[in-house]
Amino acid sequence: MVEQKLKVTLLTGRTIEQGVGKEKGKASKEYFNACSMCYMDADDMKNLGVKNNTNILVTTPDGSVVLRAVKYPRSATPGLIYIPYGPWANAICSNKTTSIGMPSFKGTPAEVQPAPAEKVLTMEELLKSEFGR
Amino acid sequence: MSIIKSVTCPICGCLCDDIELTVEKNEVVKVRNGCAICESKFIGYKGHHRVKTPLMRKDGKLVPVSMDEAVHATAEILANANYPILYGWSSTSSEAQRVGVELTEEVGGIMDNTAVVCHGPSILGVQEVGIPTCTLGQIRHRADLIIYWGCDPWSAHPRHLERYTSFTEGRFENSEWKAFMQKLKAQAGQKKLESAARIEIGSTHPKPQTCTVPGMPQSMNKSGRKLIVVDVRKTMSAEMADYFIQVQPNKDYELMQALRVLVNDGELDVDSVAGVPVEYLKDVADALVNCEFGVIFFGMGLTQTAGKFRNIEIAIQLVRDLNSRTKFTIMPMRGHFNVTGANVVSAWQSGYPYGVDFSLGYPRYNPGETTCMDVLLREENDASLVIASDPGANFPKKAVENMIKHPLIVIDPHMNATSMLADIVFPSAFVGIEVEGTAYRMDHVPLPLKKVVEPPKGVLSDEEILTKILEEVKVIKSSSKKSTKKVEA
Repeated sequence: MVEQKLKVTLLTGRTIEQGVGKEKGKASKEYFNACSMCYMDADDMKNLGVKNNTNILVTTPDGSVVLRAVKYPRSATPGLIYIPYGPWANAICSNKTTSIGMPSFKGTPAEVQPAPAEKVLTMEELLKSEFGR
Repeated sequence: MSIIKSVTCPICGCLCDDIELTVEKNEVVKVRNGCAICESKFIGYKGHHRVKTPLMRKDGKLVPVSMDEAVHATAEILANANYPILYGWSSTSSEAQRVGVELTEEVGGIMDNTAVVCHGPSILGVQEVGIPTCTLGQIRHRADLIIYWGCDPWSAHPRHLERYTSFTEGRFENSEWKAFMQKLKAQAGQKKLESAARIEIGSTHPKPQTCTVPGMPQSMNKSGRKLIVVDVRKTMSAEMADYFIQVQPNKDYELMQALRVLVNDGELDVDSVAGVPVEYLKDVADALVNCEFGVIFFGMGLTQTAGKFRNIEIAIQLVRDLNSRTKFTIMPMRGHFNVTGANVVSAWQSGYPYGVDFSLGYPRYNPGETTCMDVLLREENDASLVIASDPGANFPKKAVENMIKHPLIVIDPHMNATSMLADIVFPSAFVGIEVEGTAYRMDHVPLPLKKVVEPPKGVLSDEEILTKILEEVKVIKSSSKKSTKKVEA
């Protein structure tokens, strides 16, 4: 039976593509492609009924965002999702600093569900929808 | 056409200073020796999203204005604010950072740099227990055991392995590049054999099971440099490693404490720690103790997960324990090319490395209270100046929401997420491409950044823009003092 929601641990971090994109320019297509995606475990995707390069909705207590799901190529990472640093990741990151100034960018709970009909917002659209500018 | 050699790359904390650039008609057209990110910056810096004139938000839209108008408006905002945040500083020169400290003191605000969301916890850990460290040159020539813990240099510091650790030819240690290439070839051959066997047996037959023997792989018994990667997922760097330890998320602290017990000849009464069998950990502890010169590089995998600065504290204590058995050092993998400089300049000017509060007229530092993220989340700020960073893209949503409730000024060469949300935007010249300056490498070695092309007409450096704002702030403040005196008289 296909489950419609999956509880996961959210990690955010660097990828080489994100590095190349950010230096080319935050408005570049490379940056959009590199940061508006989410690495998932192949078996998790199968169980959730998500195909490679289709969209998912990631939800945390701090918000939700539509991202493109990509199968993690190097190893099995069951229960983990990985979103490159950028405005898409930060739309859902925890802002709890535990009183030391550092938000919790890694290792926080999240939920994933398929969203093939939803659109991944561009950075301009995302900023507009979140901050009205 | 001219070729400029020994250019320092202004991207990450590696500060590779062997870049060779070909410049034609005041444009960089070719990059040699750099990584993919380096090439993207040196070729892409002149892209169409470059800002070339100051912008101000009028009727909801950013429109071009003169430099004088933008400087005056900025100075008015900062001079009249009670608790402004001056944030960023990590992708600019130390010369600009020095003006920044003076400006922050003048306006009585908070000066915070990107370390707060990066290696701020590392600084806190170091303040607790100190740090046994060294320069990257020492590691290059002497280290025979390299550990990357919670970091993926292949993605974030692509030439770190090649210039400073496993794949570099040191005076006393050799490069492991050839051995790695042989390993890759052997793996590719193995895959071909397996694939051929599957075809012969038939596609319906299950994949042959590989035999897993507990303990360290053969490659850990080799002579020469050894590479261990500890991470929650198998990264590209982990694929290059002689040994990869997959730790469960948020369990790094436990794993390091377990290693401390084993290094100190203690016994563990459990079968596994943080998802890693104790038998494996015993072999790792042996490798740590038996090396001649070991080093731990660590990244956001420790600073941004549960425990945060306590993870760093315990990592340093592990290194301290190891130093009673052999020679061991530890170093944070600093991200922005001059975030180390931001900490150094802030510390030598104010006494504190980040999160410095000048609102009482003297510098004060209390992470969790005076750090910009906490000030934003408590909604205490009433203006912000962001320079050489992009919190609009890299801060959690709630913090950005509070930042844009009040005037936001951005100084950056590119139109980034924060510029798009800003009220005033200053275009600036690229440090290390269009302006020279000084930057500190991740091991605190200062290196000169070169100017290789002229900036676009009318585009000033960060240092020049900040100096103009500072002078204007001083004028506004002195005139308001005079008018107050007149009223009193």
